[in-house]
Amino acid sequence: MLKHRVIPCLLLRNGGLVKTTRFADPKYVGDPINAIRIFNDKEVDELMVLDITASKEKKEPNYTLIEQFASECFMPLSYGGGIKTMEQAQRLFNSGIEKICLQTAVLNDLSLVNNLSAKWGSSSILVSIDVKRNWLGQPKLYAAATGKSPGIKWTDFMLEAVKAGAGEIILNAVDRDGTMKGMDVELIKEAAKILSVPLVAVGGAGSLADIKAAVDAGASAVSAGAFFVFQGPHRAVLITYPKYNELVQLLG
Amino acid sequence: MIYIVNYGLGNLNSIRNIVKKIGGESKIIDEPGELSDAKKLILPGIGAFDHGMRFLNERGWIDELNKTVLEKKIPVLGICLGMQLMCRGSEEGVLPGLGWFDADVKRFQLPANSPFKIPHMGWNAVQVKKDNPLIEKKEEEQRFYFVHSYHAVCNNPQDELLTAVHGYEFTAAIHHENRYATQFHPEKSHRFGMDLLKHFIAI
Repeated sequence: MLKHRVIPCLLLRNGGLVKTTRFADPKYVGDPINAIRIFNDKEVDELMVLDITASKEKKEPNYTLIEQFASECFMPLSYGGGIKTMEQAQRLFNSGIEKICLQTAVLNDLSLVNNLSAKWGSSSILVSIDVKRNWLGQPKLYAAATGKSPGIKWTDFMLEAVKAGAGEIILNAVDRDGTMKGMDVELIKEAAKILSVPLVAVGGAGSLADIKAAVDAGASAVSAGAFFVFQGPHRAVLITYPKYNELVQLLG
Repeated sequence: MIYIVNYGLGNLNSIRNIVKKIGGESKIIDEPGELSDAKKLILPGIGAFDHGMRFLNERGWIDELNKTVLEKKIPVLGICLGMQLMCRGSEEGVLPGLGWFDADVKRFQLPANSPFKIPHMGWNAVQVKKDNPLIEKKEEEQRFYFVHSYHAVCNNPQDELLTAVHGYEFTAAIHHENRYATQFHPEKSHRFGMDLLKHFIAI
């Protein structure tokens, strides 16, 4: 039995799918519905869709599109991007989203996490934490919408988020994003050591060995973007996902 | 035609989508009065126990649901919180449950240093505990998607339909007479969930 989830993470930008490198240079990778259909056919464990411009451009989630995604997904689907209110969350849950993912709206005030988890249960509420290492190699909390560091210790913010009711933490190593050069195992270890809720590690997976390393470091689940959408040294777009038995052998 | 009870909590569209996918028909019902001609019911739900019971109470569902399920014996499938609400009560809340199962809902008890996290979130294989119309015993691993921090404990072992292991073996599905319930989400469990729901449609 596979005890650790492997989750493709799809980035949405103006209705199309893109893949970034270190949170920049979005490269168009195709139509999201088509990609979601392929991932559904491949029986992926779970799927995560993050709208990377919604918060930055202060836009509403694209409900019509999200509802279409949900109708193609016979596995759990989480969505993040531009969520600021209970009403928006309600609308997303109604569209068929299982879990919502928060960051920008809660960086300074976690009360939305409190309110959402009281109503929907903490297992439906994820908090995404982006961490970027500074020139000394020290991990710092990073605000994806502004590109700034909010000046709070990332581990403190993570524990506060759990206390507020986050049922899962998505930990993204900004410097590894899209590089496919391996995950930040030290960061994952540090987080897993102090977390009581599941940890989803993201950023840098380029091989099954990288995924295994993250799980060995304590991640409950591993998410990846580039690894599942790019093929070969020239990063040709090709959607892939390991076979279930392969994953069981690797992580079982 | 499956009626999906909309009492304000739950992922109704996911259930509609999968029923449609497997060739069934469903309708979301928003008023207790609509239960009068129900032939088959799904009670969905995500979120906190008391929240769910309060919604059922405030919107006047309880008497009609009891009549439909306990007197008319219409087949019903509870999912996730829907299953927990069908038990007698939960450690998560103070309100009494529907009491359709002689079972109580308890929080996962894992030692502090356990490698297993709470909530139990992810795919897990199930063991079939008795012959039943919903799911066959198979050689092949049958796996489903779970998201929960609490699980049912049956007082009558005969009611236990499926179990799974997360730190220890717990009840993953319950069956008593016309009542079926799963802790996991069949609507989010690929072909395994489709098979289970096909069987429910065929009951």
